[in-house]
Amino acid sequence: MKFETVIGLEIHVELATKSKIFCSCTTEFDGTPNSHCCPICTGMPGVLPVLNKSVVEYAVKTGIALGCEIQKYNRFDRKNYFYPDLPKAYQISQLYLPFARNGCVEISVDGCNKKNIRIHEIHMEEDAGKLIHSETGDATYIDYNRCGVPLIEIVTEPDFRSSEEVIAFLAKIKSMFEYMDVSDCKMQEGSMRVDVNLSVREFGDKELGTRTEMKNLNSFKGIERAINSESQRQINLISSGERVIQETRRWDDTKGRSSSMRTKENANDYRYFPEPDIPPLMIDNNTLIRLTGSLPEFAEEKAERFTKKYFLSKADSLIIASSKHLAQLFEQTVIICRNPKEERYWLLGQVMYLLKEKAMTPDEITLTPQKFAEFVNICSSERINRQAGKTVFENMFFADDSFDIENFITENSLEQVDDANAIRNAVLRVLAENPNTVEQFKSGQTKVFGFFVGQVMKVLKGKAKPDSVNKIIKEELNKL
Amino acid sequence: MDLLKLTALELSAAIKRGDATCFDAVNCVFNSIQKHKNLNAFITCDREYALKRAKEVQEQIDNGVYLSPLAGVPISVKDNISTKDFTTTCASRMLENYKPCYDATVVRRLNEAGLIIIGKTNMDEFAMGSTGETSCFGSVKNPFCENKVAGGSSSGSAVSVATGQAFLSLGSDTGGSVRQPAAHCGVFGFKPTYGAVSRYGLIAYASSLDQIGVFSKTAEDSATLLDIICGKDELDSTTIPNKLSYNPLREDIKYRKIAIPNKCIIGVQPEVRNAVISFADNLKSLGATVDFTELDIFDYGVATYYIIASAQASSNLSRYDGVRFGRRAKDYSTLSDMYLKTRSEGFGYEVKKRIMLGNFVLCEGYYDAYYKKALEVKTLIDNKFDEIFLNYDYIITPTSPTTAPTINGEKSLTLDTYIDDLFTVPVNLSGLPALSMPFGNDSEGMPIGIQIIGPKCHDNDVLSLAYALRNMEANR
Repeated sequence: MKFETVIGLEIHVELATKSKIFCSCTTEFDGTPNSHCCPICTGMPGVLPVLNKSVVEYAVKTGIALGCEIQKYNRFDRKNYFYPDLPKAYQISQLYLPFARNGCVEISVDGCNKKNIRIHEIHMEEDAGKLIHSETGDATYIDYNRCGVPLIEIVTEPDFRSSEEVIAFLAKIKSMFEYMDVSDCKMQEGSMRVDVNLSVREFGDKELGTRTEMKNLNSFKGIERAINSESQRQINLISSGERVIQETRRWDDTKGRSSSMRTKENANDYRYFPEPDIPPLMIDNNTLIRLTGSLPEFAEEKAERFTKKYFLSKADSLIIASSKHLAQLFEQTVIICRNPKEERYWLLGQVMYLLKEKAMTPDEITLTPQKFAEFVNICSSERINRQAGKTVFENMFFADDSFDIENFITENSLEQVDDANAIRNAVLRVLAENPNTVEQFKSGQTKVFGFFVGQVMKVLKGKAKPDSVNKIIKEELNKL
Repeated sequence: MDLLKLTALELSAAIKRGDATCFDAVNCVFNSIQKHKNLNAFITCDREYALKRAKEVQEQIDNGVYLSPLAGVPISVKDNISTKDFTTTCASRMLENYKPCYDATVVRRLNEAGLIIIGKTNMDEFAMGSTGETSCFGSVKNPFCENKVAGGSSSGSAVSVATGQAFLSLGSDTGGSVRQPAAHCGVFGFKPTYGAVSRYGLIAYASSLDQIGVFSKTAEDSATLLDIICGKDELDSTTIPNKLSYNPLREDIKYRKIAIPNKCIIGVQPEVRNAVISFADNLKSLGATVDFTELDIFDYGVATYYIIASAQASSNLSRYDGVRFGRRAKDYSTLSDMYLKTRSEGFGYEVKKRIMLGNFVLCEGYYDAYYKKALEVKTLIDNKFDEIFLNYDYIITPTSPTTAPTINGEKSLTLDTYIDDLFTVPVNLSGLPALSMPFGNDSEGMPIGIQIIGPKCHDNDVLSLAYALRNMEANR
């Protein structure tokens, strides 16, 4: 039997408005527990929610960006259940009339084949607080700082067929939301949370299999692993004649497997009813037009533009454009240094490498376009070679803006040596010291050329201009 | 000068003239409080606090600062309205020692206007009840006869004004909780148009129906107090944008058209029926037109009200879970155990009953048949009132089918008593302004109240009608 995996997603995204959705407390991440609170977001007796208009604007923008039909008349509902992180014992959400429906996002896993992922609906809701269990296990503490932070929940149709498709989709919406400044979508910080609904069925089957819901997915890699694991688990069950139970499962990334949290029988009846304290929302045409017009250039458009304007390759453009911060750094720097080719070398080489090394994200880059441009120009003038450049770059990237490139080059004697005599002397010395290798070269092993280059560089302490070194070594070898 | 014979406006004027001081006012109400302790109208009252406030206000008046036409007037506040300076218990074990960290918007406005809050009045627990018997602090007694109920749920507020324990009082009205006790205690009770007065700080019972209302001895006193507390509040999204004007009151009611549903004088206590007819005669003598009509705005009101109110209450009262404030049970083993014990201990019988009813009508499988349907009927009742008000300026009914019943513990807790809210609940369902004004007494001397209902935002008209009849008396 050949199986296919069918996946749908429920994604919660924290909107980066300054204040919470129903009160004027700050949404700033972290902070002393219970310091970003007021009677409203802690659900004290007698308080009332007041809708933050920015939240609606941010939310509607995401709806437009994801190709949805914005519901001009929409409303909040109460979702009732008891839990200590929910102070009112109900969450204000949107069940009956969410603000956006029937959207569509185009994804591509391989860069060529495109696929549409349909969005079922997007709605606004408020976040709950955070429970912190004591180490001794005899007490639980509750921090309400996060309570009332605005969320949107995006519900997709079960259109995904693989973990690659899921990751492509998540990367795309993360990029879009960053560009719109509506959220930083950092899974590790909880500003994007993904629940995966997964079922399997035989290839060609039209009916959907029984699905499970997976929670506690904290990274793109974790999602990938979880999808592959659950898909296999279900396939194994069905193949051995058993049935999949509809349940919620908790993914444990360190163990690499999931375990059952609760089954359908234990599901809550949330007793939804329209929220009486907040009048229904009317989103007028002018607002829709204004918000549509305010959408920024997203990754694909930007990549196309980079390709045309800066003569970058399609692949390079896509990498740079996928991140708002990288794209911004690139473009602001290229305006000053006017050398996209040299800049691209350092951006895709060193920057990406250093980010990965230090587990940093593009938004944490402190390097300014001005400094980067200065560096690029120094490199392109060949005053230092690429190797020296790497040394300078590594130091400059993590330093603050007072870092003086010229000073650093001087203090560390990094200027490129292009003195033909000095190079020729070094080359002659290396050739003289390695007669066997010269013989190897002469007998046809041209690969050893690299050895000569390396040795000459060593003598010249890595500062020689590579082109000159190559040229002079060739000349001298030819003479022999 | 016996200050208790003055209206609130007269008192404030006397203080401004220098014929009396704020301290005199405070002292005289506290004498009444002492005298009428047995009626159990207050949960908390604080003479020291009141005298301190009196000093502050007196100083401002002496310095020529104009605060409001009611500066210096002692006022009591129902114990479900949040006050930083007093515990706010909702007459429940759940909030027995709870002191809010903020003032309700109306409380802030009262204080800024120079009124002197003297204490928090007794009420039915969480405003659920119409007799004043469900308070965890004991029943409130009717000043006209201690064996009888004071009405509810703003029982203590009504009693305090009736007996000079306060010159004015703030209450809350969800299904008649200001108008009905006003009727049973022989005072004015007014419920504004829904949204005219901010609910921020009013501990919620039924969010779509709750409104803060006022008790007074005269229509003018109520109007002036309402001018002070009403108006849009940024903290309450359900407040209407335009601030209503309660003053000036007009007494010319010539050509005003009044409808009195026949159904509301059939099957009610005979003296109540007679009072309504006498009231109608008085209206005619002042030039108004009175029609006894076949209006049927009452048929589905009680059922609709109890479904909507209980449902919203079940949700609004879920926050009382022992986690952050209020009562928490002493011995518990798990989270569930804590919730169950805290809420079982903290809530009284009537509250529990309504929470259960509310949960039922909202649960999956019943939502459409009950809550959703009730919301639809609410719209129909709304439309019905709109229709009536195309042809009439007011609707008049008795506030209650009978005068105050006997205090009777268990009998009061059956569903039968819900029907007594028949005349008052439709008003809340449509968010209309309405008042109860005293009009005569029955053969036992118990007060009778007449209800005047007007269209939305016509609060001034409603008070004006009452004002026009201020010198009229009921015939026996």
